[in-house]
Amino acid sequence: MEFLSYLISGISLGSVYAIIALGYTMVYGIAKMLNFAHGDVIMVGGYVSLLTMTSLGLPVWVAILLAMVVCTILGILIEGLAYKPLRSAPSLAVLITAIGVSYFLQNSALLIWGANPQVYTPVIEGAVKLFDGQLSITYISILTVVVCVVIMIALTIFTSKSKMGKAMRACSEDKAAAQLMGINVNKTISLTFAIGSALASVAGILLCSSYPTLMPTTGSMPGIKAFTAAVFGGIGSIPGAFLGGILLGIIESLAKAYISTQLANSVVFAVLIIVLLVRPAGLLGKYVPEKV
Amino acid sequence: MRKLKTTTKIDFATYIGVIIAFVVITVLMNGGMLTRSFSGMLVPICCSIVMAVSLNLTVGILGELSLGHAGFVSVGAFSGVIASQSLVNAVESEPVRLLIAIVVGAICAAIAGILIGIPVLRLRGDYLAIVTLAFGEIIKDLINCLIVGVDSKGLHVLFNAKGTLTVQDLNLKEGGSVIIKGAQGATGIKTISTFTAGFILVMVALIVVLNLTRSRSGRAIMALRDNRIAAESVGINVTKYKLMAFVTSAALAGAAGALYGLNYSSLVSSTFNFNMSIEILLMVVFGGLGNIWGSVIAAAAIKLLPEMLRALADYRMLIYAIILILVMIAINNPTIKGLLGKILPKKKGDEIDG
Repeated sequence: MEFLSYLISGISLGSVYAIIALGYTMVYGIAKMLNFAHGDVIMVGGYVSLLTMTSLGLPVWVAILLAMVVCTILGILIEGLAYKPLRSAPSLAVLITAIGVSYFLQNSALLIWGANPQVYTPVIEGAVKLFDGQLSITYISILTVVVCVVIMIALTIFTSKSKMGKAMRACSEDKAAAQLMGINVNKTISLTFAIGSALASVAGILLCSSYPTLMPTTGSMPGIKAFTAAVFGGIGSIPGAFLGGILLGIIESLAKAYISTQLANSVVFAVLIIVLLVRPAGLLGKYVPEKV
Repeated sequence: MRKLKTTTKIDFATYIGVIIAFVVITVLMNGGMLTRSFSGMLVPICCSIVMAVSLNLTVGILGELSLGHAGFVSVGAFSGVIASQSLVNAVESEPVRLLIAIVVGAICAAIAGILIGIPVLRLRGDYLAIVTLAFGEIIKDLINCLIVGVDSKGLHVLFNAKGTLTVQDLNLKEGGSVIIKGAQGATGIKTISTFTAGFILVMVALIVVLNLTRSRSGRAIMALRDNRIAAESVGINVTKYKLMAFVTSAALAGAAGALYGLNYSSLVSSTFNFNMSIEILLMVVFGGLGNIWGSVIAAAAIKLLPEMLRALADYRMLIYAIILILVMIAINNPTIKGLLGKILPKKKGDEIDG
């Protein structure tokens, strides 16, 4: 029973990683850049939703919607102001710019909301009790898993069926050829950032609801973990990001319970290294040649 | 032949520039013309220069992105601190003890470099980057679990994986002392780092890296960077040369770490986190990939920039981030690049784009 509860909290944590990793992987697929600022968009999403709920006293759904809108706009702004001028620059220059954006977001949050951790009010409270109360599953972890699966399916359908999704895939394959086919590459990249940032805000709300403290640096570790998850599953692949995220969450949760709390992150990273040594393109990297 | 001469000239200019900077700063310091905060920055600046120069060997010369350089620095720092603290009574002379600590730090980091390099260097591009990041985090966590003490019977090392052990479990004899207390890190370190030692280390790092780059091995390493398949087909041993660059880089980072660790009275492993790796990478990118003197100047500038922005108080890091983004956009802007190309004389064989 104990094992089962660790497993469930692992799946729930993994779902959050998966949502973040989906954004990471889409941006990587199309812009071929490691967007280190992605984790900080999560934090912004957390703060915006918290402020809407507590300071403005608006209902939860408004908070979620507002956080998504703010993060989407933020994502488009970041892309347009910082990354667009570097479209043809070497990838390392873009990486450093992404780090600059990450510092910028963290320090802006520090100035606006202060360094003290704030207590987050979960979007849903309570838990289901199973097996005479031996196993309790919080509603928020159920919600997290459901949201993650829905997003994964929606994204898969979007990229394979819709016109914009197809344009995104075309851009990630070959930008020049896509442009010749009449696809607006800049618009498509902006859209990818918009979707990625919207997902990040959802992840931020779910993460803060499960682990209810919020600081300007809240997003950085989940950001790195999600990046790991995306690489773990094969970066650029949507099912890979999902699988990588869930596995990473389970490994982390079980390692925390059975090996050592302090070394849980190390176990996660060690598994990543072993997987990459055996399969250098990640778990699903090889079988999914299309990049989105 | 002219090409070779230019690189030699640039190398000598780099050495002489560093020596002049050292002499000027020493004279100013003896004349009491430096502020306290600036003289306190000198050793960290030297450490950063060595770290940046060593990372440039991996990123600029070998062409592999490493996001875990701080891991090697931390191995060097803690092994150097252990060496120095356990020899406090045995070796009276501080410079000698510092030298031993730096050598121990370099050797330990080199061993870590070999252990990490053999599996990791098989990967490429962003995958290599994420694995070096992972190793950096693992090293940080492992050191966080160490409890080390010393007494008349020698070193006692405990690995505190469960978080249940304490300093008492070391069973130290009378007169023994604890060096590293797990997550609290190393405390009570005798600070023996000096600016002169820092200067010597910078010179050693420059000599090692510049001579390696200009040697036959260095050309092999650069050939691997420019085209791995072509290099392999003319008979260059990929693993050997990649490992050579990677381990040299790790050893120098470890030496810098030892100097850094012995500059403060206490040290925690969380100092050497992902952000530190990124800061070193920033220095390399700002200085120019493969450009060693660029790394020296960029390292000093990036260390001093937050100090200079101190007047802005809370807005300091925000301005720093904005400067970072703007500089990156500016130096990659085709118009500005063209203008710079006109102003600066062409340096043949020096600027190597990655």
